[in-house]
Amino acid sequence: MAGRVVLIEDEANIAEAIRFLLSREGWQVKVHADGSDALAVIEAEAPDLVILDLMLPGKSGMEIIREIREVEAMAHLPVLMLTARGQLKDREMAERAGVTRFMTKPFSNTEVLTAVRDLNAQAQQGMPSVSSICDAG
Amino acid sequence: MAGDSLTGSRIRERRLMLGLRQADLARDVGISASYLNLIEHNRRRIGGKLLVTLANVLGVEPSILTDGVEATLVASLREAAAEARTPAVEIDRVDEFAGRFPGWAEVLAETHGRIGALERTVRSLSDRLTHDPHLAASLHEVLSTAAAIRSTAGILAEPGELEAEWRDRFHRNLDEDAQRLADSSRALVRFLDDSDQGAERRGIPQEEVEAFFTARGFYFAELEAGERSAQQIADAASELDSRAARKLAAAALADYETDAREMPLAILQEALGRCGVAPDVLAREFGVDLHRMLRRLAVIPEEVLGRPAGLVICDASGSILFRKPVAGFSLPRFGASCPLWPLFTALSQPGRPIRRRVHQQGRAARDSACFAISWTAEPPIFDHDPVLRAAMLILPSQLPDEPVPEDSRPVGASCRICVRRGCAARREPSILRDADGAEHAQM
Repeated sequence: MAGRVVLIEDEANIAEAIRFLLSREGWQVKVHADGSDALAVIEAEAPDLVILDLMLPGKSGMEIIREIREVEAMAHLPVLMLTARGQLKDREMAERAGVTRFMTKPFSNTEVLTAVRDLNAQAQQGMPSVSSICDAG
Repeated sequence: MAGDSLTGSRIRERRLMLGLRQADLARDVGISASYLNLIEHNRRRIGGKLLVTLANVLGVEPSILTDGVEATLVASLREAAAEARTPAVEIDRVDEFAGRFPGWAEVLAETHGRIGALERTVRSLSDRLTHDPHLAASLHEVLSTAAAIRSTAGILAEPGELEAEWRDRFHRNLDEDAQRLADSSRALVRFLDDSDQGAERRGIPQEEVEAFFTARGFYFAELEAGERSAQQIADAASELDSRAARKLAAAALADYETDAREMPLAILQEALGRCGVAPDVLAREFGVDLHRMLRRLAVIPEEVLGRPAGLVICDASGSILFRKPVAGFSLPRFGASCPLWPLFTALSQPGRPIRRRVHQQGRAARDSACFAISWTAEPPIFDHDPVLRAAMLILPSQLPDEPVPEDSRPVGASCRICVRRGCAARREPSILRDADGAEHAQM
């Protein structure tokens, strides 16, 4: 069952392509390009899933994910992080910060759609996020 | 033989290294202590059986006592030992090794130098990949654009009809992104091409500049004569590979050019004849800042100054910006130096001329007269901290066998290869062994 997605991405053409793909699957997609007020937008939209770019104007994706996890209601909100920085240390840092899944650019449309479907399905089943598994360990 | 006159000094140095008293060594080889004293001060020549006996007791080849070992080679070998991962248990026999196997010692020293250069290259490239904001931005731009193209093209390539409005929009986006990708790829290639021409291939730019100055003997007749400009010489220097090195060399040559113009060689030579090597007096006579006179005296030909001279210039962090090595005073590469150098004393007392006699330990180290001063690199401005630089002219004694004067202060080159014990300025343990054979593990 598709729901609401907030997509924080400053590359307009990437955002448009993802919005198109997800909308076609029935998702309501809110696109926002600025990191500085991203948390407020996410809180206002109360989405089922967040897609978050790492390098954003105003505030980085890493700072935003930390802020998201500090809000109790969003502690388990699925967050898919998109980034051009694919080093292991970046991935580890993102996971420590609370990212649920990490995807490096350039990704295929199938990869994005599969990730969104998986995360949604896990959320529907009440499965803990990757970060909460790490924290429990 | 050139080394004959120093045989006594080498015997003395070796004895001290082993911690032997003069009287004990004299007894062991069957001569009087007073005679050994004369030998050690090069007032008696020795050879034959006594030389062999002394060499045996001191544990070295006789040839090492008579010929000596080239000091820079020994310093390089010590540095190699300092940086080796395995314990350098035989470092007290480095002279013997270099003396018996000079070819192999050269190979080891050269290999060590090359490894150091390669390690600096790796560090430099790694730093650049990690911290260079231009590279990170270029890569981010390329990958983000590729991601946009991949997504958009994927949508357009799907079977079935796409609404005309969406199709047109995605075509426009694809065209925009293709153009962006072409631009960002070109920018990235340009950046990497520049990097390939850069200092990363040969180590830090200062080393490239030093190699260039060393190849010219730190002397530029065309600048002295005003025939070419500093920039022309830097631009034409085939030894300067990187843009950074050319920039640094051009700046150093520009200083040289100004100094040569305001302190012409012939007039300076005449003044040296009248005043001697008195940098403060000469600076007043020429009406130039003292640090400029130190800089000038260090690079004029040895026959004009009347003696070899070295120079070190550092910034307020103590990082060495420029160095002219000189025999008798070991200067480490562009890394951490001994904090006891008068150079750093000058840095802590801006504007105050510092004159010290210092001596380093070890073979070929001599008592040296050092003249140092620090100065502000920019005119003073309210609410701005001054940018300090310091320079030190080094004039090693021309008589290496002379006893070290009482007022000469002991200093090192860098902690790792310095054997001074109980030094309050020590940053890290030495890898060398002291006279008793114990490693210097103390801080």
